[in-house]
Amino acid sequence: MLKIVDLKAFLVACLATLFTLAMILIGSRSLQNFDAALVAYLFGTLFAVFGIVYRYTVWVQRPPTRVYFLSSIKILFSKDGLHFLWYSFKDFVLNILFQRFIMRRSKSRGLAHLLMATGCILAFCITIPLTFGWIHFTLVPASGMDPTAPKIYTAHFFGYAIMNFPVKSIIGFLTFGALNWCSILVIIGATYFLQKRLKDPGLIATQTFEGDLLPLLLLIMVSITGLGLTLDYEFMHGKAYEFMAVTHAFFVIVFLIWMPFGKFFHIIQRPAQIGAHIYKEVGRQQGMQICRFTQREYTTKRHVHDLKKITAQTGFKLENKEGESILDYSPEGKRDLLAIAHFKARKESGEFFG
Amino acid sequence: MAQYYQLQEEFFVDMQRCIGCKACEAACAECETNGQEAMIHVNYVDRSTTIQTTVQVCMHCEDPVCANVCPADAISKDEFGIVHTANTSRCIGCSNCVMACPFGVPKKMEEYDLMMKCNMCYDRTSVGKKPMCATVCPSGALFYGTREEMQTKRPNSTPINTFLFGEETVKTKVNLMMPKGSKELRVL
Repeated sequence: MLKIVDLKAFLVACLATLFTLAMILIGSRSLQNFDAALVAYLFGTLFAVFGIVYRYTVWVQRPPTRVYFLSSIKILFSKDGLHFLWYSFKDFVLNILFQRFIMRRSKSRGLAHLLMATGCILAFCITIPLTFGWIHFTLVPASGMDPTAPKIYTAHFFGYAIMNFPVKSIIGFLTFGALNWCSILVIIGATYFLQKRLKDPGLIATQTFEGDLLPLLLLIMVSITGLGLTLDYEFMHGKAYEFMAVTHAFFVIVFLIWMPFGKFFHIIQRPAQIGAHIYKEVGRQQGMQICRFTQREYTTKRHVHDLKKITAQTGFKLENKEGESILDYSPEGKRDLLAIAHFKARKESGEFFG
Repeated sequence: MAQYYQLQEEFFVDMQRCIGCKACEAACAECETNGQEAMIHVNYVDRSTTIQTTVQVCMHCEDPVCANVCPADAISKDEFGIVHTANTSRCIGCSNCVMACPFGVPKKMEEYDLMMKCNMCYDRTSVGKKPMCATVCPSGALFYGTREEMQTKRPNSTPINTFLFGEETVKTKVNLMMPKGSKELRVL
C-alpha cells in the first residue's frame, strides 16, 4: 500500500487541505459566516483540494515534468525574472484566458471552449468563496424594516463589508444571477462539443465514454440543475426546490470528486504550457542545436541537453559507445539515418528489392 | 473493436521502394483523426547526392519514448499497441516527443501549439479497413495485410521490428521489410 501511495505527495496534499481548512476558519470568522446548507459542497471541495494537490505533486515529480517545473521557477527567480514575469502574464492572457491556441484550431471550437472555460472558471470563483464562507450577503436592517423601501444588501468578504447595493439594480441582477449566466455559457459550449463528439468520425473512433463524453454530460447536468434551482424559485414557488437542490448537489459533488482523476485535471495542468513557452524562449537565447545530418537548426541546445537527461532517467540508452546520441539528430535527420541504414542493409544483401 | 485487431493484419514498410510520389501524404490528410493534416513523412534523404526518398509512419513502439518523455501525460498506448496522437486537452506543445522519437515521427503543429502524429488511421483500422496511406501507395513501400500475404509478395524479404539506436533496442508494432534472414536493423 505504501508503495502505491506517494508519501511526499500525500504529505503535501494533507498540508494543502489543512491550509484550506485554516483559511475557511479565518475567512468565515470561525464559521460564523459559514452557510451550513453548503456543507456537502465543502466536503466535496476539500476532497478535490486534496486530490488535485496529490496528483499535481506526483505529476511534477515525473522526470520530464520536473525539468519544466524547476526551470520555470529558476527562471522566474533569476535576474531575467521580471522580464519573464511580464512574458508569463502576456502568455496567460493570450493562451489561458483567451485560449488563442484553440481558437487557431477552429474558430467555432475555440469559441465554444472559451464559453465553457469562462463559465466554469467564473463559477469556481463565485462558488468556492461562497462555500468557504469567505463571501456572504446581509440585508441592511433599515431597508428591511420598511416594506416600501428598496432592499439593500451588503456584500462581505472575509467578514469585512465591501459594498452595499440594491437587490433590484444592475449590480444585484448580475451578482445574484451570475451563476445562471455561467450555466448558460457552459451549456452552450458543452453542447457544441457533445454534438461534435457524436458526429465526427475521427472523434468517435478515438474517444471513450468516461474520458470524453461523461465530462461533457456532467458539465451539462451541473448547469441544468443549477438553472433548475433558479427556475424553481422564480416560477414554481419553490415546489421542487428540495429535488433540485439534491440533484444539483449530487452532480456538483461528483464533479468535484472526479476533478483530480479525469479530464477536468487539464484545467490544473494547462498553465504548464506557459512554462514550456518560457523554457523555449530561454533556450533560444542560449543557442540552437544543429542536426548532425541535415546541418540545420532543429531545437535549442538546452532542449537536447535536458532530453538526454530525461531519456536516461526514464530508462532509455540512446547513445552509442562513441557517445553519439540519436537525439543529436533532427526528426528529418533521424528518418534519413533509418533510410540510409535500410539502403545499406539491402545493398549488402545484393538485392535492393526483396 | 478488438475483433478487427485480431485479424492479424499488420503494417509493413519498405522505404527502399518509396518513389517520393507523396500519394500517401495526400491520402493521410483524408484520415478522419488528423483533421486534414498529413501525418506521414516523405522526404529526400540527401538531395544533393541521391534521388533516394524515404517514407515514415509511426512505428508504434512497444515502449514508446515519446510517451515516456511527455511532461503532460498526453500520449497513451492502447491495448492493441497503437500509440495515439497527443490528447488535445493535455498536450502543452513542448516538443519533447518530437525531438525524442528515434524515428522522427511526431509533428509539432506550431500554430495549434499541439503535437500530432500518425495513429495508424485508427478510425479505419479499428473497423477492419486499411490505413489510408497503404491503400494508395503505388510502389509497395507501404503495405497493410497479413504476414502470409506479405510473404507471397516479397519471398526474399523478412519483416523485422527490432531497431538499435545506440545501446537501446526498440521494438515496434510496425514492421520493416529487410533482406531475408535479417533479425534487426542498427540505425545508430
